[in-house]
Amino acid sequence: MAEIVSTTPGLYPLPDWTKDELSRLKGHQKGDLISGDESGEIVSVYEEARAEVIGAQQSAGLDRIIEGQLRWDDMLAHPLAVHDSVDTRGIVRYYDNNNFYREPVVTGELTADGDVAAELTAADEQVDAGLQAVLPGPYSLSELATDEYYGDDAAFLDAIADFLAGEAEQFPDVETLLLLEPSLVTNSPGDGEDERASAAIDTVASALDTDVIVQTYWGALEEKVHAHLLDADVDAVGYDFVTDHEANLYNINEYGTKDSIALGVVDGQNTLVETPGEIRERIEWVDDQTATDFETIYATANTELFYLPVNKFEEKLEALAAVADAEEVTA
Amino acid sequence: MTDTREQFRPEDHSNDHFLLTTVVGSYPKPEWHDTARELFEDPDSDFDIEDWEESKDDAARLITDEHERAGIDVVTDGEMRRNEMVEYFAHRIDGYEFNGRVKVWGHNYFDKPSVVDEVEYDEQWLVEEFEFTDEVADAPVKVPITGPYTLASWSFNEVYDDEEQLTYALADLVNQEIESLVEAGARYIQIDEPALATTPDDHAIVGEALERIVDDVPEDVRLGLHVCYGDYSRIYPEILEFPVEEFDLELANGDFEQVEVFKEHEFTKDFAMGVVDVHDAEVESVAEIKENIKRGLEVVPPERLTVSPDCGVKLLPREVAYQKMANMVEAAREVEAELDAGEIEIGAVGSAD
Repeated sequence: MAEIVSTTPGLYPLPDWTKDELSRLKGHQKGDLISGDESGEIVSVYEEARAEVIGAQQSAGLDRIIEGQLRWDDMLAHPLAVHDSVDTRGIVRYYDNNNFYREPVVTGELTADGDVAAELTAADEQVDAGLQAVLPGPYSLSELATDEYYGDDAAFLDAIADFLAGEAEQFPDVETLLLLEPSLVTNSPGDGEDERASAAIDTVASALDTDVIVQTYWGALEEKVHAHLLDADVDAVGYDFVTDHEANLYNINEYGTKDSIALGVVDGQNTLVETPGEIRERIEWVDDQTATDFETIYATANTELFYLPVNKFEEKLEALAAVADAEEVTA
Repeated sequence: MTDTREQFRPEDHSNDHFLLTTVVGSYPKPEWHDTARELFEDPDSDFDIEDWEESKDDAARLITDEHERAGIDVVTDGEMRRNEMVEYFAHRIDGYEFNGRVKVWGHNYFDKPSVVDEVEYDEQWLVEEFEFTDEVADAPVKVPITGPYTLASWSFNEVYDDEEQLTYALADLVNQEIESLVEAGARYIQIDEPALATTPDDHAIVGEALERIVDDVPEDVRLGLHVCYGDYSRIYPEILEFPVEEFDLELANGDFEQVEVFKEHEFTKDFAMGVVDVHDAEVESVAEIKENIKRGLEVVPPERLTVSPDCGVKLLPREVAYQKMANMVEAAREVEAELDAGEIEIGAVGSAD
């Protein structure tokens, strides 16, 4: 079987002590969320928390290490929410979850501001090998935001892609870049838009000379969207084998996939902790059911992990990390 | 259907018409009660369980009385004994465990429980709360109880095949609790299902759960369903099939735009309409609330209209919460008098009967 690389999609839960400390320093209202120019005291809490979650990944033994996106109060909308050309307005629902983020409204030109790059550069100091960058995919970010500047959907999507590419260009050397694209599933792009979404991913992917994974979740892609996504110059597509294994398997077998694959085989939204053996079994099931001889199989959670309480989140990191070493399950 | 409303008309009610006034449930906690909780949870304090019980009794007595002073026809204790609408129940149900806080938004968290074993009825949930409130209140008491769909949706499910199966298992426990409440004398029970507003496609699951809940509940017990902050066009008119007498719905927050939804199809149940906004600290005037109440008369005739705030008022400053309730009651009584005098034209479908 292919080499298994253990990783995570990011957006970690804040360590419990920072939940109290940051709500004391920042407050509870929508005007109190992260702005990009937070005070030194707040910055140092995040630095300490980041060091803690990097340490947790390293001691678990994950192959890819991320910075955790602990500052992303607005989840995947974060890179826009802190941008100077963006107003944050009311609190709106985050996909089909009991979670909310500030609606980012783009009111001016989007140029890379280095916010995500700065987080990653800070993490780089602590990580010797396997650093992974995480960004929202351009289509999802455009769907989470409102445009009051570019005028039409196509121009807005291009602008978001250029903005993310500009951000990625400022990154330190990373082993992989992960683009999270749940909206490709939940708000399936229509005719023409599907092709543009794929081109936008290409724009971001070509900013870095590194392996790029596009992770989809909360179901399976519509067939045509999947077919277009495979045209993008990325190294692996990620599939959610927790919420819909049958439709995802169908897409892979009907249309093929990239040489490498990411498998969301750990549930990012349930406290039930999978054992390394169970995770391994799910991976082998996909491997058995597909014809491709994969170069690399990224074993990961299907969704971001902030939905979980800290103890279960840490147990899931450990289970994922242990999967490469788990005994092969014989059929 | 049995008329479950007339039993709540106060003996000294001054008008012929009766617009039942009530609340959704929660009320701001007195500051000293919050302090008492902090002391009780502080391991270094000698504030013990008896002190904490006394604080809960005192708060429940005080807030029940505050509802009566505002003139509310059917009161609650403001949920002084409860911390949160899912956690409170999950602590009392076997099969749940707590692992820590999860994010809702920003730095607002919720101790989202996990179902780790089959759920079973353990200690009583609300019977003691009801008995205490009923004893200290002169007015009749309503019991709000979190519904099984919301209890299931806002938990991690480690055991059941899906959320639907967990919902039905919890519905059986809610049924058991309601039977105990009825035995203890409760005659007005409101099932809270805010999660329905976020996933309206699941209304059939909520309907099936309610069928389980009402099983063996006597006909003279008034059952209501509270839903808030959603797009009602996605659940209406389907919810009219639910086996409850009353729907309690938030409408003031959206400036009554959704009243139109309920006029497209005859509203065949009692309509408890939110007439004051619980997310705005400005107190609506009596005149303004009267106009809001009249919007409800576009949907149902007066004998089927209940008047309440949009939702629990616990996030408001206490004096604002009180004034909103007092104004709401005054507005209802004035509208009743105007109805008696024939000064209000009733426009609801089916109002001629």
